[in-house]
Amino acid sequence: MADEMNFDLVSPERSIASFMATEVQLPGSEGDMTAMPNHAPILTTLRPGILSVSGADGTTEYVVTGGFAEVKPDGVTVLAERATNKSSFTQEDMDILVGDVKALLDLSDETTKDSVNKTYNDALVLAGTLGLSVA
Amino acid sequence: MPNLSDLKSRIASVKSTRKITKAMQMVASAKLRRAQDAAQAGRPYAERFNSVMTGLASSVGTSEGGPRLLTGTGSDQIQLLVVMTAERGLCGGFNSNIVKLARVAATKLIAEGKRVKILTVGKKGRESLKREFGDALLDHVDLSDVKRVGYDHAEKIAKNVLSRFNDNEFDVAKIYFSEFGSIINQVPTELQVIPAKFDSAVDVGEVYDYEPSEEGILADLLPRAVATQIFTALLENAASEQGARMSAMDNATRNAGEMIDKLTIQYNRSRQAKITNELIEIISGAEAL
Repeated sequence: MADEMNFDLVSPERSIASFMATEVQLPGSEGDMTAMPNHAPILTTLRPGILSVSGADGTTEYVVTGGFAEVKPDGVTVLAERATNKSSFTQEDMDILVGDVKALLDLSDETTKDSVNKTYNDALVLAGTLGLSVA
Repeated sequence: MPNLSDLKSRIASVKSTRKITKAMQMVASAKLRRAQDAAQAGRPYAERFNSVMTGLASSVGTSEGGPRLLTGTGSDQIQLLVVMTAERGLCGGFNSNIVKLARVAATKLIAEGKRVKILTVGKKGRESLKREFGDALLDHVDLSDVKRVGYDHAEKIAKNVLSRFNDNEFDVAKIYFSEFGSIINQVPTELQVIPAKFDSAVDVGEVYDYEPSEEGILADLLPRAVATQIFTALLENAASEQGARMSAMDNATRNAGEMIDKLTIQYNRSRQAKITNELIEIISGAEAL
C-alpha cells in the first residue's frame, strides 16, 4: 500500500501503539518534521513535544519526552522512553520531566550544556502548549 | 527403632513443608508468567535500539575523539562490576551462580593488578560479596520493595553508573545477571556496558540520513543504551529468578513427597512390628499357662 505505512510507538516497557498511518508528525530535536509513506530513511532524535499520527481513524496525539525516531519508506518507529496519550499527560508527568531535565542540567558540562538547555526550553514550550505549569 | 508418635509427627511436619513448597512453586509460576510477559514486551524496544546503535557505532567507528562511552578512557585499570541478583533466596542456584561468576571475574582482575569496584543490585549479591570484597563495594541499589521492575529503576541505576563514570571513578563497567533460557536453564552472563560494545558484524541494512549528525545522535543515545541494557538485564533477571525458584520448589516438593513415602513405610513397618511383638507376647503368655 502506497498511501499507508506502519507506525510503531515503543517504550522500553511495552509497545504503546502499532497501526497503519498515513502521516506522522515528529517533534525532531532540530525541528518538527512530517513523515509520509515512502519517506527516505532518516534517523532523528526527539525533543519533548507532541507526536501526532494520522491514520484511518483520525489523528492521535501522544506526548513524548525524548527518544528517537526511525523513518523508513514503509514505516515509522518511535522509540520513546516515556510516551503517553496527550489527554492522559498530567501535571505530575510534567513535573517528572522537568525534574529529570533539571537534574541533567546540573550534571552537564561545557560541551553538553547547550543541548540540555535546549531540552529544558523545549520542555517549557511543551508545558505551555499543554497548559501545564512548571515548578 | 523410633517410636510411633515421633514418626507420625515427622510425617506431619514434612507434609506441611511440602504444602509450603508447593504453594511457593505455584506463586513463582504465576510470577514467572508475568515476568516473561514483561521481558517479551520490552524486547522490541531493546532490539530496535541495539540495531540502531550497532549501525551508528559502526559508521562512527571507535576513532579518536569519539564519545568516551564508546571509546573508553583508554585504560582498563579500574573496573566496575555491577552485580545484579535477587532480593530473596530460596531460588536454587540463581543468586550463587551470578555471584560466583562475578567473584571469579573479580579475583582474576585483582590478580592482574587491576582495581575492582562493585555495585550491587539486590540484597543477596551484596550479602555474599560483602565478606570477600567488602572494601570494593561502592554502593547498593535496593529493589526489595519493588513489585515489578520498571524502566525507572534501570534509569536510576544507569544514572548512578554514568555519574561515576563522569567523575572518572572507573574505566570499564560490566554487568552481571542471569539470562533466562528456560525454567530449568538460566545462564549467568557478563556484559560490558562501558565502553559500549556492539556487534559490528551485523548487517546494517539501510543507509540513513541523520539529524542531528551521527555523532550527535550517538552522544545522545549512548547513555540511554546503558539504561536499556540494564533494563533488559533486570527483566531477564526477574524471569530467571522466578524460573529458578519454580524449579527449586518443584524439586523440594518432590523430595518432600519421597520423604513422606519413606517415612510412611517406616511407620507402617514399625507399627506392624509392634503388633507382631504384642501377639507373640500374648501367645507365649497363653502357652506358659
